[in-house]
Amino acid sequence: MSKLHGYRRFHPGTQPEYDFPFYASTAKRHPTQPLVIVPQTLSELTGPVFGTDDLKPTDNDLTRQHKGDPIGERIIVSGRVLDENGRPMPHTLVEVWQANAAGRYPHKNDTHNAPVDPNFSGAGRTLTDAEGRYRFITIRPGEYPWRNHYNAWRPAHIHFSLFGQAFLTRLVTQMYFPGDPLLPYDPMYMSIPDEKARVRLISQFDWENTIPEQALGYRFDIVLRGREATPMDDSPGE
Amino acid sequence: MSLYASGSQTVGPYLHIGLTWLNTARIAGPGVKGEHVTVQGRLLDGDGVGVSDGLIEIWQANAEGKYAHPEDRQKKALERGFRGFGRMPTDAQGNFRFSTIKPGRVPGRGGKLQAPHLSVTVFMRGLLKQLSTRVYFPGESTNAQDPVLKLVPAARRATLIARRKSKGVLEWNIVLQGKDETVFFDF
Repeated sequence: MSKLHGYRRFHPGTQPEYDFPFYASTAKRHPTQPLVIVPQTLSELTGPVFGTDDLKPTDNDLTRQHKGDPIGERIIVSGRVLDENGRPMPHTLVEVWQANAAGRYPHKNDTHNAPVDPNFSGAGRTLTDAEGRYRFITIRPGEYPWRNHYNAWRPAHIHFSLFGQAFLTRLVTQMYFPGDPLLPYDPMYMSIPDEKARVRLISQFDWENTIPEQALGYRFDIVLRGREATPMDDSPGE
Repeated sequence: MSLYASGSQTVGPYLHIGLTWLNTARIAGPGVKGEHVTVQGRLLDGDGVGVSDGLIEIWQANAEGKYAHPEDRQKKALERGFRGFGRMPTDAQGNFRFSTIKPGRVPGRGGKLQAPHLSVTVFMRGLLKQLSTRVYFPGESTNAQDPVLKLVPAARRATLIARRKSKGVLEWNIVLQGKDETVFFDF
């Protein structure tokens, strides 16, 4: 069996700490013991593979899941999924979910006094193409209040879930919008210690993918953990 | 070109909207070879309260110890339709439950075989970055030689080994804090 290449460890400052007092719910939900560092084996270097059979071709259009058009500003969110070496991640599953234009989720736990939109469920998924590109059609989500601290409001965001090529490249993140004044007040956004890493969670206005008289474009590239340049000297295998 | 991985963010309280379409509590159906087991447990927070907005994902090999993934190049059979992936949200009391088969042994570093295990990823509101752990099987003699379990302080190893509850049913809890805090991994 040819030797496998392991994955690089995260660059310092690019990932949140588990215990982050500004986000109150982390208090009872973070491990208090140090994580145990273990080698990457075949169990971590493999992961689930999804294909076109798992999806419907329209799953990436959140504006066409009901009889009518959803209320709100139609947008195109697209970008590339790359690894840390700049290589595209082809045919990988991307799942998204978001609030409607009024900042309301169709979820039993969402009690925000804003209207539910019967024409918007707020969930989509797609596979990246051979060059790692993905594209969603949706509406711009609204900001909404939450109870983390006094007068707390989440900036507009879209949740993203990705797999990559291994179980250890699994990533759940959030995409934000440029110029959102709520960002510096948001514990989740501010949980990324390094400012440059934080800013990479903000999408950019995308003129090229804006459709005239139809929808504004936003570009959001996502980077998953990348492989080491040299193979593991005691790589897993037979 | 060298980039840094995007920052992780919590799944938040409304994770179900985007993720339940892929719920898979039956990882291996009756047609899949191997010892069939049900694994049940609870995801518990620092107060011992069940986490009602959590999600567990499982990744595992088949009974021969082969993963349904192109980088597993072992010459072992893989049955059609076996993906080895599970996804279960926790219920209102923090319970989760799935049915699967006990996987075979898969090679670790240096080709040394590992004890049968399931890889587990945990997501929830209040968790900014996923947690990774493993479930090992009770009464499995190879646990004592497992190269990953050996790296875990002896007093905490039991948190990674399921308990036999009844015939074909295993119990394994994920405890976030306290004296029985589950061991979580970094790799």
